[in-house]
Amino acid sequence: MFGPGLWRYGGMLDPMREMQRLQREMNRVFSGMGQPLHEELPPVNVWVGEGDAVVTAELPGADPGKVDISVVGDTLTISGFREAARLGEGESYHRQERSHGRFSRSLQLPFHVEAGKVEAKYDRGILRISLPRAEADKPGKISVKCE
Amino acid sequence: MDSKIDYEKKQAPVPVETERTRNRRVYVPKVDIVETGSGMVMYADMPGVDEKSVEVTLEKNVLTITGSVETEALAGRSMAYAEYDVGDYERAFTVSDEIDRDRIDAVVKNGVLKLFLHKLPQAEVKKISVRTE
Repeated sequence: MFGPGLWRYGGMLDPMREMQRLQREMNRVFSGMGQPLHEELPPVNVWVGEGDAVVTAELPGADPGKVDISVVGDTLTISGFREAARLGEGESYHRQERSHGRFSRSLQLPFHVEAGKVEAKYDRGILRISLPRAEADKPGKISVKCE
Repeated sequence: MDSKIDYEKKQAPVPVETERTRNRRVYVPKVDIVETGSGMVMYADMPGVDEKSVEVTLEKNVLTITGSVETEALAGRSMAYAEYDVGDYERAFTVSDEIDRDRIDAVVKNGVLKLFLHKLPQAEVKKISVRTE
């Protein structure tokens, strides 16, 4: 259904992800075959502040016009298409490691988002989406009275 | 006492591994290399680099591409979820003598480095015909 929720951990390093990275590294060393093309694309980082969240995604070589971003409630979906280089007559691949094709990612954010105020910027192959928190979802302050 | 400091001398591996002076992660960019009639085209995925932070060098027959990316820090926000880390890029290829060393064009756009390597004209025509006896 929806993508992974946000689980929190101290720093950047998830041991499982590190293990997977190590495994990929080993595969690369031993096979020389490049990396599989079915990798989940694009990798994202999520930053959360008090009033908004920022999602950055590595999307090198994407056409910004062909990237779709949609927000429903607290779920953000990034989808699009990355074209493979078209080969002409007599051209052939020596290596093909970059992934291409259709991609789609859904992320669940820790709060509901004001869908009309979502902004996205694409620069140097990095997509940055800023998602302001919905007014209705902001925590109400409860003052403590002293009797 | 702080036991973290290691007073013993460390033995160096043989041969001595070169280390980078900057303590940062280095990633291997994924590449596509396409052979065309007149040369080669190389595409390297290096998200976060621009024309100022990417470098292409050719020494003898080793073509090295490097790119540096500054770590992003967003004021007032903390990282909640991370799938990628930011670091530099480095990868080296050996290229054949057929490549014209003076005619390597590099373009960077949307985090993809595109390199055009042209073949030398004489290399294009140098063909050895095989015959039967």
